[in-house]
Amino acid sequence: MNGAVNSMDDLSPGELDDFRRDVRAWLEANCPDSMRTPASDEDEVVWGGSQVSFKTEDHRLWFERMRDKGWFTPQWPTEYGGGGLSSEQAGILAREMARLHCRQPQINLGIWMLGPVLLEFGTQEQKQTHLPPMARGEVRWCQGFSEPNAGSDLASLQMKAVPDGDDFIVTGSKIWTSHADKSDAIYTLVRTDPEAKKQEGISFLLIDMASPGITTKPIELISGKSHFCEVFFDQVRVPQKNLVGELNSGWTVAKRLMQHERQAMAHLGDEGQSPYSLADMAKQYLGCRAAEAGAADSDATEIADAVMRDRVAALDMDDMAYKLTLRRAAEEIAAGDDALATTSTFKYYSTELEKRKNEALMAILGTRALGWDGGLSDEAGGSFTADELAVTRGWLSSKVMSIGGGTTEIQLNVIAKRVLGLPSADDSA
Amino acid sequence: MNLTLNEEQRYLKDTARSFFREKAPVAALRKLRDSKDELGYSPELWREIVELGWSGMLFPETVNGIEIGGSGFGFKGLGAILQESGHTLTASPLLSSVVLGGSAILLGGSEAQQQAYLPDLISGEVRYALALEEGAHHDPAACAMTATPTANGYRLSGRKTFVLDGHSAERLIVVARTAGSAGERAGLSLFLVDADTAGITRTRTPMIDSRAAADMHFDAVEVTREQVLGTADGGFALLEQVLDRGRICIAAEMLGSTRELFDRTLAYLKERQQFGVPIGSFQALQHRMATVFTEIELAKSTVLAALSALDEDSNRVPLLASLAKHKVSAVYELMSNEAVQLHGGIGVTDALDIGLFLKRARVAQQTFGDSAFHRRRFARLCGY
Ligand SMILES: Cc1cc2nc3c(=O)[nH]c(=O)nc-3n(C[C@H](O)[C@H](O)[C@H](O)COP(=O)(O)OP(=O)(O)OC[C@H]3O[C@@H](n4cnc5c(N)ncnc54)[C@H](O)[C@@H]3O)c2cc1C
Repeated sequence: MNGAVNSMDDLSPGELDDFRRDVRAWLEANCPDSMRTPASDEDEVVWGGSQVSFKTEDHRLWFERMRDKGWFTPQWPTEYGGGGLSSEQAGILAREMARLHCRQPQINLGIWMLGPVLLEFGTQEQKQTHLPPMARGEVRWCQGFSEPNAGSDLASLQMKAVPDGDDFIVTGSKIWTSHADKSDAIYTLVRTDPEAKKQEGISFLLIDMASPGITTKPIELISGKSHFCEVFFDQVRVPQKNLVGELNSGWTVAKRLMQHERQAMAHLGDEGQSPYSLADMAKQYLGCRAAEAGAADSDATEIADAVMRDRVAALDMDDMAYKLTLRRAAEEIAAGDDALATTSTFKYYSTELEKRKNEALMAILGTRALGWDGGLSDEAGGSFTADELAVTRGWLSSKVMSIGGGTTEIQLNVIAKRVLGLPSADDSA
Repeated sequence: MNLTLNEEQRYLKDTARSFFREKAPVAALRKLRDSKDELGYSPELWREIVELGWSGMLFPETVNGIEIGGSGFGFKGLGAILQESGHTLTASPLLSSVVLGGSAILLGGSEAQQQAYLPDLISGEVRYALALEEGAHHDPAACAMTATPTANGYRLSGRKTFVLDGHSAERLIVVARTAGSAGERAGLSLFLVDADTAGITRTRTPMIDSRAAADMHFDAVEVTREQVLGTADGGFALLEQVLDRGRICIAAEMLGSTRELFDRTLAYLKERQQFGVPIGSFQALQHRMATVFTEIELAKSTVLAALSALDEDSNRVPLLASLAKHKVSAVYELMSNEAVQLHGGIGVTDALDIGLFLKRARVAQQTFGDSAFHRRRFARLCGY
């Protein structure tokens, strides 16, 4: 998705039209109907990797068909298992998929974050070793950056890697590592020069999660789920050929990776959007009344509570404005303009908007959103419906997106300094 | 829908940018204000705008074979010009006469009316104003002014307020009620009336933005049936179409002003020193600027989407007009307040231009419906 490698020359508008027609026809024929609706639940999402599992046969079909097209990684070169599409073509593919409401056939952070970085900084051998399995959804990667004392101030990280023959010996711990317990490999930042200025003693290292000395411990979240872990490294032996970029220049690689991460988070945020319509929920829980003149149709109704109606409209409008802005950015990039800026803007806005929408849903459901457990099933007259419980969990989950991938405050720092050119008082962006 | 400008539109935007900066900088508005100028804009500037062809952009070249002087260039082009005029707070009859008056005639007029009225409007010789509002809030259906049937037409009686450029326009588009009662959509009609018709009194109302608006009193003003634009009693739909064009165009102007305030404030944050450092190095201020920046980017997308919908004659125009007017009004309010605060003491002085933007902001916000009006309308259009 982000591998900005154009393996095809610019195509004429006519050729692009042909491409669009072919893509549309292929998607119509190959995307199962059940994969043309949003994933309703977490277990509907397919995570690529050695432990990949499919809830239904349609999930598997869709995964395999897209994989065989090379369309997990449409813009990667075909020699690394990619689709070899130009950015225009990839844009067309994305739009055609959106048009049919096709789901992502899999989610794979390796592809979105590590892949583009390897394409840019990796050795030929690293690319050949790591990219094709990633493009086929066979290896699941996790990100080992944060440490207990290195969060926003990531460069202060302490996990150390000491050279030993052809290897490094890695010792220390990582925290908040999403899906570490389910991953095949981890890309890490390690300290290789404790004497240097903090950004200048860091290296970027790929580690096999099956290596002896690694243990993971899941952390339970407020939502009751557990998707991230503590990861402990006890004298873990890692081949030096797994170093990406130069020794002690890992910070440069990491900064680039974090740009891709912001994009992916904004993207995941869009995927992870609450599936509930605020307006429908408000009508259901707060009641409705006959609409005033000029509504869409004559027996239309409106949300009875005028205050909530206004709040819902404001949120829907912000949502629409945000989506238009994503679209404008895509058009500007396609036109070769300086794109308005910044993945930071999107990451910050989309995650904050999602929190606001979830708070509105909580207010709309009132005490119906306060249940932790259904107790009994719906049919048996359980106290909370599945939808109600999903709203509650969705609300709790919405809190994480504005923290992971660089907090809102850090994104605002980045906008202020990099986009607006405001002077720095410190090095916090 | 396309949210970027093409080559030609971009060129136009650049031309407009230099034109307004050179011919009508904010200092020109200050001068008009200080000299208590009656018109509220410069007639020489208006002539130049007409010569540049900007008054004809929304109109076709011909109406059934008769040349009317339009260029068919479209809304995105005009929007780019208005956006630039917002950077300099330039007043002109582009909005009142061309967008509102012109759209009413183009969308509601018969072929004969279009051929008769549009050429003078486009050439700038005859200026129009829309006499609609009657109360403290924009509310088209609330119109109570009566148009009582007579032997060969109607008799108009009632009051209008906040008629933009109303005291200087030669011709008026008057909204009045031929049936029903205030609050109802049905029963409204639009009339084309010469401003000097007997029974009309106009008073200029000095406004905070130093532009011209007028209160009007219609005392048994006689009009003929031929002066009706569109269909009698069914004027509401036409009026909404005209207003949506006005809403989107003024949103474009407001976007320019908002961005200008942002740029000026950003520059000040980099230059003003306190505690031995530029005030822009304070994180409390950085985050406020980053937040408004993001909001302005969002607002810009809504304006471009709405202009593009007008050019495509899309059925999403009403929805996008409300989206744009809501979003831009809210962001302009936020930015104008931030601009004053972040300038400190000098921000509340008349010597600094920021105050002029603040004042224009509130007038523009109220024009054709404020943020709250458009949130209500958006909800209604979405079916909730
Ligand atoms: C869902 C989720 C998934 C994650 N996945 C991973 C992962 O896979 N791999 C990984 O390595 N990490 C992961 N993280 C960790 C994440 O990157 C960190 O949580 C994040 O960088 C913040 O660090 P912290 O938690 O230590 O908070 P802190 O940095 O201690 O921040 C605390 C508060 O201080 C504010 N703050 C800090 N510095 C500044 C500043 N300079 N200016 C203004 N405010 C500031 C922050 O915005 C925040 O509000 C994940 C986190 C979450 C929530």
